[in-house]
Amino acid sequence: MIASELSNPSEAADPRTVVIEARGLTRYFGNKCAVDSISFQVPRGSVFAFIGRNGAGKTTTIRMILGLLEPTRGSARILGQDSSALQPATRARIGYMAEGHPVYGWMRVGQYAGFQRGFYPHWNQEIFGSVIDFFGIDPRTKAGHLSHGQRAGLHLAMTLAIEPEVLMLDDPATGLDPAARRSLLEAMIYFTRNRERTIFFSTHLLDDVERVADHVAVLDYSVLRVCCSADTFRERVRRLVARFPSEPPRKLPVIPGLLRVTRSENELCLVVANLNGRTERDLEEIGALTVDEQPISLEDALIAHVGRQGDKSFFLDTAGGTQ
Amino acid sequence: MPAFHIHVTTGAGTPIYRQIVDQVRLAVATGTLSPGEALPSVRSLAEQLVINFNTVSKAYAELVREGVLESLQGKGFFVAQKRQIYSRGERLRRLRHALDSFIHEAVFLDFSAEEIRKAVDEKLAELDWQTKPLGEQT
Repeated sequence: MIASELSNPSEAADPRTVVIEARGLTRYFGNKCAVDSISFQVPRGSVFAFIGRNGAGKTTTIRMILGLLEPTRGSARILGQDSSALQPATRARIGYMAEGHPVYGWMRVGQYAGFQRGFYPHWNQEIFGSVIDFFGIDPRTKAGHLSHGQRAGLHLAMTLAIEPEVLMLDDPATGLDPAARRSLLEAMIYFTRNRERTIFFSTHLLDDVERVADHVAVLDYSVLRVCCSADTFRERVRRLVARFPSEPPRKLPVIPGLLRVTRSENELCLVVANLNGRTERDLEEIGALTVDEQPISLEDALIAHVGRQGDKSFFLDTAGGTQ
Repeated sequence: MPAFHIHVTTGAGTPIYRQIVDQVRLAVATGTLSPGEALPSVRSLAEQLVINFNTVSKAYAELVREGVLESLQGKGFFVAQKRQIYSRGERLRRLRHALDSFIHEAVFLDFSAEEIRKAVDEKLAELDWQTKPLGEQT
């Protein structure tokens, strides 16, 4: 796993620098493990992408961080408080957009403002109005008549109007058309104008991750595979192409950090994390004529981390953003 | 002079900050951006391209380190006066590196040495050299 250093493991992190912290967070549903002892820290001011395919445990993790679901083991903290005992004043500093953007169909968009503001001590009607406007929504429309993208816009307006310090977005872009998806990203960038604010968003859309995220964590079948800055991730994951005079040998030397191998008639293509100078030498020792490093996209690097042999559908199905 | 616009694409082998660095370097090298000209602020470029602020900061910081841009406290980023921060040896090394990929591609496409030379000459003639390259003064 590519991991950032956790600060002292026995003490809670400093809430001035760490906004969200998970420690050995685990959740079972019956005897099925949904989240398996994951630990990570979300730095203040970061845009943190929580990546994983459907069913990987992203929503479960978010609900535990927000104190909406009890962990089976481990704990989470947000804004310096234990998630299982969040006080209303702390909750009021967190904007949460739930998956799928459910609405009450009979309520008009304008009425939502009055409804939502009853739950929060702080409400900025101007922000609500401008986000509604940004998504091209008429406040008189009944929520049941909104498109999926407009429903996301309504949720975003309600979330941003409380002027939160932390945005928790559960799969905000799924199902949105390209224009609505871009509006969502624009709103996210706009939100981080204030560099003290933090966004934690789950997704499987890697274009979005590349654009807006500066930290990435990858959840794969309930286990955390990667957790580091987006730059570190890109720098550490490399692709090597080794050419051989004939068919490459079946048996490879032990290559530390090897994520994925594909072979063709006279080539081996390896995706390696934490590449060191030895790997090239090892490949030459088993008969490679040349070993070249090739650029790798963020998407390819992430797929190499979670894809298994014979299981290449991950992300590839969904990378286009159409579902 | 053509207006200067930065475009970024996602899903490429080149990270977004690197795409920005490359485009600014090219624009400065070819005179699309002149010394003293202001670049968009970090905030406005990030919002215009819909990318993380840190990505733009990182690209600008690298361009400042390379001597392509200079940062004026409180005013923003400007194209620096032309100067070379690399030694002649380092510049040659970088030139050869750039040539390698270009020549490989051209040979792969089955062009003759003569055709490649002609194409290079034509491209060089197109460049609008704003100033005599510093390299020729030494």
